[in-house]
Amino acid sequence: MQTKSAGIAKFDWVRASPWLCTFGLFVIWEASVWMFGIPYYILPAPTQIGYAMYEFSGALWFNSIQTLWTTLLGFAMAIVFGLLLGLFIGWDKRIYAGLYPLMIGFNSIPKIAVVPILVLWFGAGWLPAVLTAFLISFFPIVVNVATGLATIEPEMEDVLRALGAKKLDVMVKVGIPRSLPYFFGALKVAITLAFIGSVLSETIAANSGIGHMMLTAQANFEVPLVFACLIALAVEGIGMYAIMAGLEQRMTGWAHRSGFNR
Amino acid sequence: METFVDISDVALRYTGRAGSQDTLAVEHLNLKVHRGDFVAVVGPSGCGKSTLMKLATGLHFPSAGVVRLDGEVVNGPVSIAGMAFQNPVMLPWRSTRDNVLLPMEVVDPHRRQIRTNRTKYKLQADEILASVGLEGAGDQYPWQLSGGMQQRASLCRALIHEPELLLLDEPFAALDAFTREELWCVIRDLHQEKQFTCILVTHDLREAVFLADTVHVMSARPGQIIVSRTIPIPRPRSIEITYETEFAELTHELRGHIAEARG
Ligand SMILES: Nc1ncnc2c1ncn2[C@@H]1O[C@H](COP(=O)(O)OP(=O)(O)OP(=O)(O)O)[C@@H](O)[C@H]1O
Ligand SMILES: [Mg+2]
Repeated sequence: MQTKSAGIAKFDWVRASPWLCTFGLFVIWEASVWMFGIPYYILPAPTQIGYAMYEFSGALWFNSIQTLWTTLLGFAMAIVFGLLLGLFIGWDKRIYAGLYPLMIGFNSIPKIAVVPILVLWFGAGWLPAVLTAFLISFFPIVVNVATGLATIEPEMEDVLRALGAKKLDVMVKVGIPRSLPYFFGALKVAITLAFIGSVLSETIAANSGIGHMMLTAQANFEVPLVFACLIALAVEGIGMYAIMAGLEQRMTGWAHRSGFNR
Repeated sequence: METFVDISDVALRYTGRAGSQDTLAVEHLNLKVHRGDFVAVVGPSGCGKSTLMKLATGLHFPSAGVVRLDGEVVNGPVSIAGMAFQNPVMLPWRSTRDNVLLPMEVVDPHRRQIRTNRTKYKLQADEILASVGLEGAGDQYPWQLSGGMQQRASLCRALIHEPELLLLDEPFAALDAFTREELWCVIRDLHQEKQFTCILVTHDLREAVFLADTVHVMSARPGQIIVSRTIPIPRPRSIEITYETEFAELTHELRGHIAEARG
């Protein structure tokens, strides 16, 4: 660790670094577009994208909110279902062994292949988007919760069982608290996946949402607006990830016990 | 004296996965432990000592023979045993005190009382922690304690509900020589005070002779007791006796039996 020289507040490079890098990327981008004379319909400059954002701020805002809540709804379903299924699978080694391969198989299906089926069943709109977000994001939650439960130290289980503890006692006292860091870790991954799922479905069949807006902009050859949508997606994605990462830190401080993160 | 643990002609076969061989861990195993006795079990690695512990507590069910505890046939996990292992396995999200109190949240009648009478239990935990030299460590998390301190806490957890049967599976194997001797004395004093029945599995013959009333030597797998040696050294024993000739002769004799058992 560096000691701070008295009086002069030292510039915190670590905290500033992400902002500087992002800003630097945009500067390089802008400069390259002007230097090489790239036309706006191939790669618009950040300033042009910024203008498009300003011009379509109303629609952009509306569709971002739409995508946000579609994602969150699917994500919430994934949490509830993922937790329950994870608890069920992790409850017993035999259930774990039986259902794990099925889960892997299910997860290997590219979800883009499922969207048309969902549309067939539920029609175009927000519902297939919610369901895609759900389907794509529950898997990491299930696997992590189940793994947390299934990997209880056998000695711990022996200690409790020799005291006459029932399976439920072992799960409540040890299994569930133990799988919480896995669970919160999985939320970070799951929210990103849910977001991918909802946008994916929106670009295929929806009447609103950022995915749909991008598709429309592309059809109208509004390339800067396409990029504006991309930026909006990135910002939303970062925001949701940051919230989940913060939640993980708060809820499972004991799992980061090196003292390094404190 | 009455027999408390009675393992008579027990065999245990671990059924492996399909394709791999079954393991006959113990066979014709006979062991009687009187109430309040302290016995040690020694033997070559893999001979079924940990298996014996699991049989005595009903965590495993014998393939043949009968295990009786306090006169009753064991046919499911017993609910009175305290256990401690080489690995202290503490729950990292609980303070050391709450780790020690874990059995109280499981065994009757405490599990119904602990919610309403938390302070009383807290004091009880602090008391037993103090008795093993962990005053004031109750609020710390187990991962803030050294290995030896965690092992003490794990002993407290095994004893907090005043079990009639204490099972120790190489509890001191991972500790340095001085801490180990210190903990021998802790166990000796706790046993003196509470008079529980104790089975200790160990690889350390000095530990076995110092602590036990009887040392049982097991054969290589499938394990059975081949020699039972009573330790005539009077109690209370001090660490000094470990440097006397009688002690050295006993450990030497046991060493010979184990060398034989290894074949
Ligand atoms: N769960 C299990 N499944 C299959 N085989 C097992 C299992 N547990 C133990 N065994 C086998 O049973 C035999 C006895 O094991 P046990 O753990 O009782 O030995 P041990 O005397 O405690 O050895 P150590 O001194 O090394 O701790 C070993 O050969 C081991 O491979
Ligand atoms: Mg063992």
